[in-house]
Amino acid sequence: MNIIITIVIAAFLVLYAGLFKAKKALLPLTLVGLLVALGFAVASWNNSTIYFGMMKMDNFALAFSAISIVGTFFIFLLTQKYFAEGSENIAEYFTLILFALSGIVIMVSYQNLSMLFIGLEIMSVSLYILAGIRKLNFASNEASLKYFLMGAFSTGFLLFGITLIYGATGSFDIDVIQQYLVNNVKAVSPLFYPGIILIMIGLCFKVGAAPFHFWTPDVYEGSPSLITAFMSTVVKTAGFAAFLRLFAGAFEPLHDFWTPALMVIVIITLCVGNITALYQKNFKRMLAYSSISHAGYMLFSLVVLTANSASNVLVYAAAYTFASIIAFAVLILVKQKTGSDSIDSFNGLGKRNPLAAFALTVAMLSLAGIPLTAGFIGKYVMFLNVMENYQVALVTIAILNALIGFYYYFKVIIAVWFKEGHDVQLDVPLQYKIVLVVSVIVTLFLGVYPNLILNLI
Amino acid sequence: MELLLLIFLPLAGAIITSFIKGGAAKISALGFALASLCVTIGLLTQFTPDATTQFAVNYPWIQQLGINFHVGIDGISMITVILTNVLMPLIILSSFKHEYKNANAFYALMLFMQSGLLLVFTALDGFLFYIGWEAALIPIYFICAMWGGKDRIKVNMKFFVYTIAGSLFMLLGIIYLYLQNPANNFDINAFYALNLDSYQQGWIFWAFFIAFAIKMPIFPFHTWQPDTYTEAPAPGTMLLSGIMLKMGIYGVIRWLLPIVPQGVNDWVCVAMILSVIGIVYASLIGFTQKDAKRLIAYSSIAHVGLIAAGIFTLNTQGMQGVMVQMLSHGINVVGLFFVLDIISSRLKTNKIDELGGLAKVAPQLAISFLIILLGTVALPGTNGFVGEFLLLYSVYSYNVWLGAIAGLTIIFGAVYMLRMYQKVMLGQTNELTITFADIKGTEKIVLYTICALVIVMGVYPKPILHISEAAVQQLLEQVNQKLTGVN
Repeated sequence: MNIIITIVIAAFLVLYAGLFKAKKALLPLTLVGLLVALGFAVASWNNSTIYFGMMKMDNFALAFSAISIVGTFFIFLLTQKYFAEGSENIAEYFTLILFALSGIVIMVSYQNLSMLFIGLEIMSVSLYILAGIRKLNFASNEASLKYFLMGAFSTGFLLFGITLIYGATGSFDIDVIQQYLVNNVKAVSPLFYPGIILIMIGLCFKVGAAPFHFWTPDVYEGSPSLITAFMSTVVKTAGFAAFLRLFAGAFEPLHDFWTPALMVIVIITLCVGNITALYQKNFKRMLAYSSISHAGYMLFSLVVLTANSASNVLVYAAAYTFASIIAFAVLILVKQKTGSDSIDSFNGLGKRNPLAAFALTVAMLSLAGIPLTAGFIGKYVMFLNVMENYQVALVTIAILNALIGFYYYFKVIIAVWFKEGHDVQLDVPLQYKIVLVVSVIVTLFLGVYPNLILNLI
Repeated sequence: MELLLLIFLPLAGAIITSFIKGGAAKISALGFALASLCVTIGLLTQFTPDATTQFAVNYPWIQQLGINFHVGIDGISMITVILTNVLMPLIILSSFKHEYKNANAFYALMLFMQSGLLLVFTALDGFLFYIGWEAALIPIYFICAMWGGKDRIKVNMKFFVYTIAGSLFMLLGIIYLYLQNPANNFDINAFYALNLDSYQQGWIFWAFFIAFAIKMPIFPFHTWQPDTYTEAPAPGTMLLSGIMLKMGIYGVIRWLLPIVPQGVNDWVCVAMILSVIGIVYASLIGFTQKDAKRLIAYSSIAHVGLIAAGIFTLNTQGMQGVMVQMLSHGINVVGLFFVLDIISSRLKTNKIDELGGLAKVAPQLAISFLIILLGTVALPGTNGFVGEFLLLYSVYSYNVWLGAIAGLTIIFGAVYMLRMYQKVMLGQTNELTITFADIKGTEKIVLYTICALVIVMGVYPKPILHISEAAVQQLLEQVNQKLTGVN
């Protein structure tokens, strides 16, 4: 609870600071707010509390809140000069991201389905604005409109699903719903089944799983890169946490019912994401499609529910978040100089900026899942998870997809190191250097010694 | 503890070397490689050649996933460790005449790869083995794709995707074994003790075999090899052919035979036939090659085919032949590629037709080349003879026809190797080769060392056979016991 309050207070303070044109104070204020929120998350560890039957701050919620806050912290570090170029009123960016973060914390900690809806909406509405915040940019407007229409649509599905579940059980409380299922295994109300499917569709929209992914590439490409980074890392992680809380918790007794549907979604997601990413020439679009495929891998943890499902998603999400932040940070730097998002604009980066090139290489290796990086551990625990049920066919599909993944991630590495490119030197501001170095260290450290984060929850 | 030093010394070297600018990087790399060699010699003096695993170290690494840092050396590992650490300084020294761009990165990657290789050859934990397997692949990919020839990007992508595809299925097999293991860890001895039925063993056999077959490479998984060897920078080719393909051979011996003997038994004829087809096929194609580097690449496929066939005979002579031949092939092929590198760096070509008469202008090179070549074609008294004799003998006792085909082909192979020598070294000099300068400096050191090894190992192979003998016998006993137990 303290976490949400802190974040919201920080958001308002930033808004006022913006009102009084205290531009220099914005970033420090935000970062301090996030650090305090992170401190609260760490302090309440192992201290599960339910607030008014609405939110449950258990270790699951705290761990996912913490990783969301850390991700947001890194993204704020990248704001240096970034927003200032596009607009006069940069305070609104800060505020909106903080509001979205508060929604995210609610999404990962809900105990009551109405809170899931509220959290999701707080986050989504902020993101609709953020996606379109470059008012004069055509792509940004398109992204915002698409995201809004699709988002509203999917929220409709979610809400309808929640209503049906309420109709069947008479409660929004996820423990009560689970109890209902346990008590009536043989005679679950017929309303319940469409309810589950509708909620699943709604959440699949949010995490960008195929075949509900059509908004992702356009929105990711059109939004400002930093907002895309936020959407594809923090927001996505939150979506999975919300997914897990419901499906690994409340709906777990009906596992046999919804697993086949989810399995189909996973397979489509993996194949569509990877195969389409293979043909992208634009780095941002490639990341968008690859993020779809990562959603597929993360859904593995729901296909076979084990005691470790939640922590597996956490590991994967952590690996994915840090790698993506590096990728977007380098993208922003490259785009500032070359004005293009295409993979070709990375040509010869290795000669010009070894640090950025090295960081990007580590990020790509991690996203591809090469051993000794965090991404490998993430993929490994997911494969292990599914293998525990001997779903060899599914793992084989995943392996084939991982191979496709190698191909397009290595396209970037090849561009960076092996191709001749332009001679433009990038300016890497100090804060970017910090983000790159820390993210690389975290990625390699988690790849070599993931004990700290494995089985955390 | 000594073993940790052995594995991590090159890694430390890699990190240090990566910060050294300019020409000092190669000196630093050579220093670390020689230090590793010294550590290896130290280990060898303390090593007792019985069947036990020595210098074992076992630390918990990722406890939650049952992964331990468990390494140790027995007679079989010892051979491959010697191979790695003897060849590494030679390969680094052989590159001294070249000025590579970003030399620090180049040599750092080589040392990093050495660590990966040593990890593969000493790992006693399935997960660790996999990590080493990939840790050796990534650096060689970068070495070949960064400093290679014209087509390097495309060729190496194929190589990379090929090998990693194989290794991912191997990972699947390792995960399967882990899940079968009641102790929930990756310990190799626990894997040996598993009781899997022949159906399970068949699947695991293929999951592992494909990974190893791609690495070696065995026909029909070899298509990446000639292009990759040709396009790679000379040290890259030497690393790939001299050391890296032994990962596949070692993998079969350590991780395939004892874990799924029944699977091996069921599929051994397929593996055997593929190996022999590889020998024949590669020799035939080698015969038509115009580029000397490609010719050696194909002859390497043929030799490795024979080694693979020797493993699957599952008898002591065959296995001992494999051990000796791993060392000999590694040393000889590095020597051959080095000779070709010397020629191509001076004349910018490896085309057989464009060369000729080099023996007149470079007698020392010609003599060294001849000695190494004779080692490769297994003249009695050279190192190649010992291994090849044992291998052919064992294949012959497995099946007369296969033995005959393999044997004849290897002899056939000698013909085209010698023909290449004749065309490149003998005859009249032409306007290109007349200016050729004989070997000197580091080139001499490397080639003379290799020639000395070829002769010494050929005349007195006993110490090497002695190192691995007990371990090989124990391994085969283990396999046979399990086989009779299952039946």
